[in-house]
Amino acid sequence: MNIVNFTPITALSGGLLIGLSVALFFIFNGRMIGISGIASNFLISKDNRIENFLFLLGLILGPLIYNQITGREINISISSSLTLLIIGGILVGFGTKLSSGCTSGHGISGISRFSLRSIIATVTFMIVGILTVLITGIL
Amino acid sequence: MNKIVSLLCGIVFGIGLVISEMINPEKVLGFLNIFKDWDPSLVFVMIGALLVSTPVFHLFKNKKKPLFSSNFLISSNKEVDKKLIIGSVFFGAGWGLIGLCPGPAITSLALLNINSALFVTAMFTGFYIGLKVN
Repeated sequence: MNIVNFTPITALSGGLLIGLSVALFFIFNGRMIGISGIASNFLISKDNRIENFLFLLGLILGPLIYNQITGREINISISSSLTLLIIGGILVGFGTKLSSGCTSGHGISGISRFSLRSIIATVTFMIVGILTVLITGIL
Repeated sequence: MNKIVSLLCGIVFGIGLVISEMINPEKVLGFLNIFKDWDPSLVFVMIGALLVSTPVFHLFKNKKKPLFSSNFLISSNKEVDKKLIIGSVFFGAGWGLIGLCPGPAITSLALLNINSALFVTAMFTGFYIGLKVN
């Protein structure tokens, strides 16, 4: 194993902001953020639909505001084929709906609550993610 | 007021994903690539987030109610069941395949990237399938 592209300072800073968002949402609105939950509930449930929509809108405004303030370009690279993107998207949507949480809902909010369910979910999706990268790297 | 909080929290979360670079699938795949060229950054994202969210949750969880809402809505589900494990396996496979999870995927729509739009459409289809299976 080699350590590469390690950016602890920006990772920690970004993480603190994510934690701040989770904390404020809890103190003011009384809910623990889970983005798969917010997104899927926006799609299928009338409860809190406006709040859910505004949160998702905020997510999308985030990069635009960052870009306005700092003037920095945001570059991302998605190298997967169209077929893989569709399969991956369905797996992520289906899996997070079935297990009621994703990286934010289980990985941050659930672990903050010391929820055993969320700890087990997080360990599981991390191990499977690592194995998937290992296998696709070999193929 | 809780609507304004929702929007602001979304913005702060989105900026957090940009600064930590978790919005970039390449960065996430680097984190999952522990056997070759490993980028441990995501560990620090989680530490940073938990450093704030954990104490705040435990300080406020026993309050009567949140500031701008009538009651707390916290999952009471404690069951470690098949759905939790199978769902997490499917999610991990999709995450490892592309390097996108729900938050970064939706946030990256801001960049008008056709690939992330396709992924998000598929993800919402997946939510719907999950709902039907449930």
